[in-house]
Amino acid sequence: MDELTGKETAFPGKKTEFTDRQMEIEIGRMLRIGVSASAFVVLAGGILYLRNSGAPQSYEHFHAAADPLRTLASVLRGAARRDAASVIQLGILLLIATPVVRVAFCVVGFARQRDRLYVGISALVLAILTYSLAAGGR
Amino acid sequence: MGVWSFSALVFGTSVVAGILGALTGLGGGVVIVPVLALLFHVDIRYAIGASLVSVIATSSGAAAAYVREGLSNVRIGMFLEVATTLGALLGAYLTAKVSSHGIAILFGAVLLYSAYSSYRQKGDRPAAAKPDPLAERLELRGAYPTDSGETPYAARRVPLGFGIMFGAGTLSGLLGIGSGAVKVLAMDQAMKLPFKVSTTTSNFMIGVTAAASAGIYLARGYIDPGLAMPVMLGVLGGSMIGSRILVKAKVSTLKMVFVVVIAALGAEMIFNGLTGRI
Repeated sequence: MDELTGKETAFPGKKTEFTDRQMEIEIGRMLRIGVSASAFVVLAGGILYLRNSGAPQSYEHFHAAADPLRTLASVLRGAARRDAASVIQLGILLLIATPVVRVAFCVVGFARQRDRLYVGISALVLAILTYSLAAGGR
Repeated sequence: MGVWSFSALVFGTSVVAGILGALTGLGGGVVIVPVLALLFHVDIRYAIGASLVSVIATSSGAAAAYVREGLSNVRIGMFLEVATTLGALLGAYLTAKVSSHGIAILFGAVLLYSAYSSYRQKGDRPAAAKPDPLAERLELRGAYPTDSGETPYAARRVPLGFGIMFGAGTLSGLLGIGSGAVKVLAMDQAMKLPFKVSTTTSNFMIGVTAAASAGIYLARGYIDPGLAMPVMLGVLGGSMIGSRILVKAKVSTLKMVFVVVIAALGAEMIFNGLTGRI
């Protein structure tokens, strides 16, 4: 730990005002907003769901969630009608979007640090995520 | 069982899974999948779908609390997320192609071995004396707060860690878990990073890894709102409690919790793999 100490915390040659610490704090704030918003929407949907549903659903055998609950467009339409399941699903979509936005945050954060290597690395992660969400949505 | 009591029981169980997930860096999913399947007789595909949602909630909820403590490393996490997200894509693709019995058994064996080797190493390792040249080039280093002030550390054996991370991503996509145990192993054992840095960075990464397969799960209809709702809310609440305990807890206590949990899960994976449940 002796020879490392000097160069460890400062990152010489990268005298930018936007530190990793600040980036992490901003990410933390963003994650909190994303998770709170999605939890709120899921809870609202959950209240609707518990109030409306009569017969208990069985999960013993798989028959896949209904088609309208499987794409973004139809979930949005259902949520607009205040359909309980669609509102919950909208909250879940918000939750899935949260880490994706986090990675986008990092692309911007590293760009502010002029760290090209990490702009590239985080952009690659963002591209992989976008590809999988697009492939799943089809 | 009525809708109310079913939701309440699943919620309560999920709170416990969330606490455990945050404490160990496992992510809650590996606890909730077998509990839903064995205790609540939920079809494994619904369990996996709800678990994946809970995994994102655990990761994001806990990570939000950790960043204030300066324990996680954003660069190490991002670099390794290239491996986990690519692995998650492969895993989600393989779900339709391969039976997961064999993988469950292999994964269980890996977990049992890691429990054994974690048990033998007591306490936190001091910072690496000689950093890996590749780790230097990729800036895979940092400092974290300990009792004796800011302690620097640097990653070692980067290709090995990256490879294990790809495997962790594949398992995540295949089984709907965060595979935090494998992520912690890659950082703690392979890359010789401090344990607390490994668990918190793992938590940070789990959400991104899970998001890579969540879109595919949603399109396949694995995510059912009636089940995902109590699981997500419960796990989220539990993970917030768990992350507050972690910051205060001693590493030795933490490691013991970790050892017991991964050993039990390893046995469970092998049992479920052999009986064809997973």
